[in-house]
Amino acid sequence: MEVMKPVRPVGIVGYGAYVPRYRLIVEEVSQVWTGGNVVPPVREKAVPGLDEDVATMSIEAARNAVARAQRVCPGFSPQQLRAVWVGSESHPYAVKPTGTIVAEALGTSPYIQAGDWQFACKAGTEALQAAIGFVGSGMADYALAIGMDAAQGRPGDALEYTAGAGGAAFILGPLDFALVEIEGSISYVTDTPDFWRRQYEKFPEHAGRFTGEPAYFHHISSAATALMEAMKLTPADFTYAVFHQPNVKFPLKVGEELGFRREQLKPALLVNEIGNTYAGSALIGLTAVLDVAQPGERILLTSFGSGAGSDAFCLQVRAPAPHDGVWTTRQYVQRRRPINYAQYSRLKGNYKLN
Amino acid sequence: MEVARFWRTTEQRYRLVGEVCPRCHTKIFPPRDVCPACEAEAKTLYQFSGKGEVYSFTTIHSAPRGFEKYAPYMVALVRLEEGPLVTAQLTDVDESEVYIGMPVEMVTRVLREDDKRGMIVYGYKFRPVRQAEAERQLA
Repeated sequence: MEVMKPVRPVGIVGYGAYVPRYRLIVEEVSQVWTGGNVVPPVREKAVPGLDEDVATMSIEAARNAVARAQRVCPGFSPQQLRAVWVGSESHPYAVKPTGTIVAEALGTSPYIQAGDWQFACKAGTEALQAAIGFVGSGMADYALAIGMDAAQGRPGDALEYTAGAGGAAFILGPLDFALVEIEGSISYVTDTPDFWRRQYEKFPEHAGRFTGEPAYFHHISSAATALMEAMKLTPADFTYAVFHQPNVKFPLKVGEELGFRREQLKPALLVNEIGNTYAGSALIGLTAVLDVAQPGERILLTSFGSGAGSDAFCLQVRAPAPHDGVWTTRQYVQRRRPINYAQYSRLKGNYKLN
Repeated sequence: MEVARFWRTTEQRYRLVGEVCPRCHTKIFPPRDVCPACEAEAKTLYQFSGKGEVYSFTTIHSAPRGFEKYAPYMVALVRLEEGPLVTAQLTDVDESEVYIGMPVEMVTRVLREDDKRGMIVYGYKFRPVRQAEAERQLA
């Protein structure tokens, strides 16, 4: 399959992450629902505060992205954005775009695109692909793509052990001042029903072990392999590989099966500390890598979204990221206030008050 | 539902856009089109930095309608670095951590929801300046 490449070279000119401050030690879920019999797939997960949702978390990540863009791109302002695209499976409204709220909070011009994206955990990289195309075609100079989630899991369900909160925002622009060049991408999608949430339902359903081989592993491997073949690259050509991280095991397994070493995978791996951030998962892993990456280093980014599909991107770092006055992803991960299961249930709205 | 009232104040609530007096340069928040210092007409928009410090604070245990699910929560008078004194909720902070003079910064959060079917109202709150918090945690 041929690589997708924009007509005009495109890069990431700014990026930012966000993780809420509350953490649930996931062993508590096991204690409450199984008497401690289930070994948790991650150590802890991030939980949004009562006043946080995908719009507020996107606003903060986007403000961080704007701050970085302003440090590398002389004269950059949110007024230059022509798209504010939020990918999520927990948009605050069923009908009413999140992008409009984020755009207003950033102070963009009204002359923008602001539709929301939905593709389970790959909604964020769908927005990223679209932003690359938007800038790469010349229709826009700058576009903002966000992947963010406040993930839902039914109390006691396997998803409750990992459903976290957080994500990342990226400003795509012309290559001149970019921190990272988008060298190429490939997407791979099939109709695979491994996980879904029906209209009006609060919690998603999943097909148990079916979410592994035919879903996660097949789509990530297919997209990543096709991209590396098309670009005539091997795992040895990359310093880092970033995969969707629903738990600790899956990204390590798919990475090693593709031929990557643990050192290439570890810098992006945040799931043990913040849980699965769904549409934000692969993208916030990328921000952790960009925080430390050096010019010339190459990054493979491959998302996975249930339903199912993967977007694979080949990125090359052009300049070290500025951090003065902007929080790194690591700083957000380290900002943590542990809560117990009872407090967690209150934050998730799981108590019936009247 | 007060959709029109919320819609009219979106700019100031989401990102602290106030006004500046063209005559005496007093920074005005919330915007009121007349300078409180020199009474000149003041309609020039001004983007506040969002930085300030806690002037005074209290904890609300008995919340007004629409805010019950957030109680107890903290409300502060915040002195913005540009001058105005703003009433707002504090967030991402425990009561024991707050003190008069604490450096804070603006964040945009959910203020309240108009029940399950109504609109979600977003607006400014303040939290401890992240840098200060980071340094404390590293210490």
